[in-house]
Amino acid sequence: MRIMIALLSGALFGAGLTISGMADPMRVRAFLDLFGAWDPTLAFVMGGGMIPMALAWIVQKQVDRPFADHAFTLPDTRAIDGKLALGAILFGIGWGIGGLCPGPAIASLALTPAAVAPFVLAMLGGMAIHRFTIKS
Amino acid sequence: MIPGFPDAQPIAGLIGGLMIGLAAAIMLLGLGRIAGVSGLAARATGLSSSGAPRGVAVAFIIGLPLGAWIVALLSGGVPATFPAPGLLIVAGLIVGFGTRLGSGCTSGHGVCGLSRLSRRSIMVTALFMGSGFATVALMRLAGAI
Repeated sequence: MRIMIALLSGALFGAGLTISGMADPMRVRAFLDLFGAWDPTLAFVMGGGMIPMALAWIVQKQVDRPFADHAFTLPDTRAIDGKLALGAILFGIGWGIGGLCPGPAIASLALTPAAVAPFVLAMLGGMAIHRFTIKS
Repeated sequence: MIPGFPDAQPIAGLIGGLMIGLAAAIMLLGLGRIAGVSGLAARATGLSSSGAPRGVAVAFIIGLPLGAWIVALLSGGVPATFPAPGLLIVAGLIVGFGTRLGSGCTSGHGVCGLSRLSRRSIMVTALFMGSGFATVALMRLAGAI
């Protein structure tokens, strides 16, 4: 049951990314390109994504537990430190260079596998470097 | 179509965005977890020792290309243009490391955290958007695009 829910959520997420045009790195980069032919599409994707989630957070406050698991396991929303800020800045640099963030990159493995493979492999490499160098 | 922005796809963006938000809502209300792709990808590949159960992470990550594949099948193809492989490798390394250090990416902090009004996610999202804008501006200045 939990596996099926996760698969459904992932598939809906991947379908949404693809329909929204976010599987095209040049469209994503065009959103970040304020001094070029700016493309605001990504703002509509983020705005659209926040509508169901804002409702979901309201429901989350009213219920004791998720419908298919024992408890909510949610990140702390307060702790802000230098590591977090540096990580965010680095992510933005990579996002700008490649026009790809993790979701669209992994979804693109079904669309343009040869083109996106270098990014996905390097991304896993970057995660591995973090895993073995940074103590959390 | 938006006047002045001939390439924008606001309707497709909004519909796709609503699907992404619904997917994240299913994760939250069904399994009690944040649909953060970078964290789930690290968990699914064994590059993170904490987070969602391994099976949940693997299923979600397999779902991403599955959903993309279904859309491509129904729509007859999805256009995409990629930067050169060398740039993609550099970008991938930085994105992988940065999203782990920053505890999330566009999905976890952007879609899930912003809608929760999490201060931490608002700060992270502002920083990665800002550095993304700055990076592309510098690339334009350097003649790389």
